[in-house]
Amino acid sequence: MSLLRVTGLTKRFGTNEVLRSIDLEVRQGERIAILGASGSGKSSLLRCLNFMELPTAGVIELDGQPLGRERRPGERIYRESELTQVRQRIGMVFQQFNLFPHMTAVGNVMEGLRTVRRMPKPAARIRAEAELKRVGLGDKADAYPAHLSGGQKQRVAIARALAMDPEMLLFDEPTSALDPELVGEVLGVIRNLADEGRTMLLVTHELGFAYHVATRVIFLADGTIHESGTPDEVLKNPRQERTRAFLASHKQYSL
Amino acid sequence: MKWDFTSVFANTDALLAGAAGTLRIFAICLVLGLSLGLVVGLGRYARTWWFYLPATAFVEFFRNTPVLVQILWFYFALPMLLPFEISPLMAASLGISLNSAAFSAEIYRAGIQSIDRGQWDGARALGMRWAQAMRRIVLPQAIKRMLPALTNRAIEIFKMTTLASAVAYVELLQQGKLIASLNYNPIEAYTAVAVIFLVFLWPLVQFTYVLERRLKRDE
Repeated sequence: MSLLRVTGLTKRFGTNEVLRSIDLEVRQGERIAILGASGSGKSSLLRCLNFMELPTAGVIELDGQPLGRERRPGERIYRESELTQVRQRIGMVFQQFNLFPHMTAVGNVMEGLRTVRRMPKPAARIRAEAELKRVGLGDKADAYPAHLSGGQKQRVAIARALAMDPEMLLFDEPTSALDPELVGEVLGVIRNLADEGRTMLLVTHELGFAYHVATRVIFLADGTIHESGTPDEVLKNPRQERTRAFLASHKQYSL
Repeated sequence: MKWDFTSVFANTDALLAGAAGTLRIFAICLVLGLSLGLVVGLGRYARTWWFYLPATAFVEFFRNTPVLVQILWFYFALPMLLPFEISPLMAASLGISLNSAAFSAEIYRAGIQSIDRGQWDGARALGMRWAQAMRRIVLPQAIKRMLPALTNRAIEIFKMTTLASAVAYVELLQQGKLIASLNYNPIEAYTAVAVIFLVFLWPLVQFTYVLERRLKRDE
């Protein structure tokens, strides 16, 4: 059974149509790498899935339940309480980390548990420390983000998302803002999550990582899914001309 | 001519009463002005029209009318519309607080807007509602940036309290006027009032410098 099903997802910013009627199904345990040139709509797609952006049209179903309700044909409205529920079930990790600078690492990881889940402080602290340990930062619990490296910040951000027990994780170019020597530690953490069987969608330029970790690769162009298939199909034997051109232009991220 | 402060010193009691009155109305206006300003500032930032429009109307009205006129209006005109009397303290506090709320609202709005959008993303991705993200994530960072501007506002409020003398509220300027008219010594009386304000405000101004330096160091 599919965890997430997207039908006819369309997103417009003014007159600019960034997603055009996308259909996508994500099954439990799938790891989907989303590739595409800048402006192809890959970030918008990810941000629509947890409603950081509201879709202009289309239906998103989580566990078979369509979200929102239809107000007019083709137009859905969403209650804020419904969206905050969905965002707890679908975690997100950002390119720029978006850690809260006025809180320590463990404070960042505790924040969702405390404010959203209303968990008592001692329990939240124990849980948060366990998550930090899982991403290899057990010794940095009381450090402020300003004193962490980019790779450490991103690992804290991953721990922060994990603390909410999400059923699915969205990674929006998690290594694009990192110095090259720090990329590995973050990819290592994501790979561990993959090995645990977590469901994840990953927007990335790291083709090698996508090849080894993803169960499916999607190539976006002009707001549509241009090509989709196993890593071998899309990355080794692309059928579409534009996919080939894209892969050729990403030679520096070789497989 | 010769400066002669004996008649001022002879009225120390009156000046102390004035200082107490100044501090009292300052405290009232500081708390009311800055807290109401936060509510109005949130309204100015909000996207929902029923919050944004009244807040904007409030700001425009109180920024574009003189405080002195507002105080006189609250004192003389408002009682005509109300079933009870308005004391000088109430009229002056209302005028100064509402005016300060309008100005500090713009400080709050600008401060909130200066926070990176990514902070909202991070908070909302955890499932926080708008109010939770504002209270836990955005405001704590914004207030820190706003502190120098808010302290400046406090200094302005302190000086604005002298306008309460227009409705004969007992504060420093009012007492200075009284001493001046009883003893025919306006030069010494108003000098004394100015010096007392300087003594109160100088440390406050130094404090804003410290805040600004610390803020620069942190960023």
